Amino acid sequence: MDLILVNLIDGLVTGLLLFMLSAGLTLIFSMMGVLNFAHASFYMLGAYFAFQISIALGFWMGLLLAPLIVGVMGAGVERYGLRRVHQYGHVPELIFTFGLALLIEELVQFVWGKNQMPYEAPEILQFTAFAIAGNSIPAYKIFMIFISVIIFIGLLWVLTRTRVGMIIQAALTYPKTVEALGHNVPLIFMGVFGVGTALAGVAGVIAGPVLGTFPGMAFVLGSIVFVTIVIGGLGSLWGALVASLLIGWMTTFAKAYNLRMEDLLTWIGFTKPEVLWDSAWRDLWTITSPQIADILPYILMVLILIFRPYGLFGKRDA
Amino acid sequence: MRKPIMLGMATALTLTVSAFAVTADTVKIAFIDPLSGPFAGTGVNGLHQYEFAAEELVNKKGGVLDGDMFEIVAFDNKISPKESLIQLQVAIDQGIRYIAQGNSSGVANALTEAIQKHNRRNPDDRVLFLNYSAVDPALTNDKCNFWHFRFDANADIKMDALTDVIAKDEAIEKVYIIGQDYSFGKAVAAAAVRFIGEKRPDIEIVGNELHPIGKVKDFTPYSRKIMASGADAIITGNWGADMLGLGKSVLENGYEGPIFTYYAAADGITAAFGETGEGSLRLVAEGQINPPASDAAAAYYEAFKAKYPDGNISQARITNVIEMLAKAINEAGTATDVIPVAYALEGMEHESLWGGSVKMREVDHQLIQDVHIHAHTGSDVTFDYDNSGFGIRVEETVTMAAMDSETSCQMRRP
Repeated sequence: MDLILVNLIDGLVTGLLLFMLSAGLTLIFSMMGVLNFAHASFYMLGAYFAFQISIALGFWMGLLLAPLIVGVMGAGVERYGLRRVHQYGHVPELIFTFGLALLIEELVQFVWGKNQMPYEAPEILQFTAFAIAGNSIPAYKIFMIFISVIIFIGLLWVLTRTRVGMIIQAALTYPKTVEALGHNVPLIFMGVFGVGTALAGVAGVIAGPVLGTFPGMAFVLGSIVFVTIVIGGLGSLWGALVASLLIGWMTTFAKAYNLRMEDLLTWIGFTKPEVLWDSAWRDLWTITSPQIADILPYILMVLILIFRPYGLFGKRDA
Repeated sequence: MRKPIMLGMATALTLTVSAFAVTADTVKIAFIDPLSGPFAGTGVNGLHQYEFAAEELVNKKGGVLDGDMFEIVAFDNKISPKESLIQLQVAIDQGIRYIAQGNSSGVANALTEAIQKHNRRNPDDRVLFLNYSAVDPALTNDKCNFWHFRFDANADIKMDALTDVIAKDEAIEKVYIIGQDYSFGKAVAAAAVRFIGEKRPDIEIVGNELHPIGKVKDFTPYSRKIMASGADAIITGNWGADMLGLGKSVLENGYEGPIFTYYAAADGITAAFGETGEGSLRLVAEGQINPPASDAAAAYYEAFKAKYPDGNISQARITNVIEMLAKAINEAGTATDVIPVAYALEGMEHESLWGGSVKMREVDHQLIQDVHIHAHTGSDVTFDYDNSGFGIRVEETVTMAAMDSETSCQMRRP
């Protein structure tokens, strides 16, 4: 029982981190209509910038400045890169973002080298917040939850309660009409792209000390972010949140408990083959849940695409 | 138009001639390891250690034979077995006789097989395989061959030494084994179960699991399981980002016992662990860095740091590779015919720069040497890693570890 609570908290941390990445991506996706492959690279840049700033000015300045820098870079990429490529269609855009992802990874390796960076959580947060049955919950994790929730509420408020948010939402769906009403739609797109990448930057800043700051960090998280927004429904902030939490809890629980396929199969009514090592089904019988934890989200995505192609919260025409 | 061409051709001709003149006096060693991609850090650092060892230990002392110099030629294999075989062919075509490789047992398995075939089919340009890091036990057991020499202690030998230490510690009653899901991770787990069962049958193995290699984002669920199992000690063969992720996660989540590792040092890992790893991290390896075994070792390390301020001597055995090869070539009187060189290497005893003597066992070409259990610490380290103030210091030593261990190797000699 205690362990369930601990795993709920751990899953929440993973899920919320994923949310910060997918929130930006899902907005950008619905705007451009193509995947931004470089999204996770901005997350990595956020971590590296924050690391560099934290050496000189401390962690908190890193948390403040790094997302700003990443956001400005993101806006620049949209203004001077994507907007030019846009006229040639979706495929060039896709290739552009893909190339950008490779470029950023090489650049990071060029500047910071290939080793792990000693990027640490601030000392003020390096204590155990509380412990449940011997499992300590670091204060830094509580801090991560706190930041993510603030960002979610802030985003939701801006998008649904303010005039800016209304214009953005309208521009995402009916750009021509909004333009005809006298709004500067390219500027809005640039802004959305900038904010989206800045969010990825924030995620990088706070995830760097926990998940490690190394050149492969974008690659490790890259594909799962796409899965999240597909499951959640393109362009839906709520969808991104629900899908992120779902994935967070699903993978955490699958890893934390050794559920065996053997038990499941016997429960269904199959009998275990006597000579397992010679059986064609050997691999199936010996699977345990930690082994397949990381592919569970992909299985879920396939199921979603079959039964509800527009995602959990997506609209059919999105 | 014509003059520049003539000039160019003349220059090219002189260059080729001088190049020939140089090759006649160099012993080339092909270094086939990852120099790009995620493991490039380890590869490049290894290359520097080779270049430095060749320069300091051989070339500055007048080279081998009649003043032949060692030259390290780097080939990038992107840690792929397929790419390695291509690079091996390129190296052989360049007339290189000595192949050094270490990162990934998968690559080493592919290379040793290819080299065996090549040497059988091409008796005129045979090559030797100097394996300085790949520790899959199979390489000196079932898959052993005359051309392969391993200078690192293999996974079984290291585990033997590690479990000696664990067996001595009465406080350890429950052990958790966790590793990456591939041949090396499995070999470590199997060896741990076997040796603990032999030496301390009362120790309970409360967990034995493998996780996907290089794909785990967050090790928290694993560390929760380790905590829940009540383990007093953790054994892992993890390396790179997986090592750092696992170690940091268990320590953050309240684990205080020892973590016995193979590769939790250097390449940024020592710096990233820093204070958190103090008192917990143990590392089994050959080569004593701290305290320095001798003045010569200290001077060598200092000279290395002067040349590569950001580098680490993380693979001390590389000096053994270079020195023993030089010795074998001198003994054989030739650098081009590798058979006498291989026979000279077989059974060779050598005083390691890092203290203790080492012996290349004839029966399976496994170097028998002192294996140390190091502690990750910030106090009393003469030479730190990653310029972090933290490093590894020898805590216990098993001299000539696994000297009489069994091997299933049946070597066929030419």
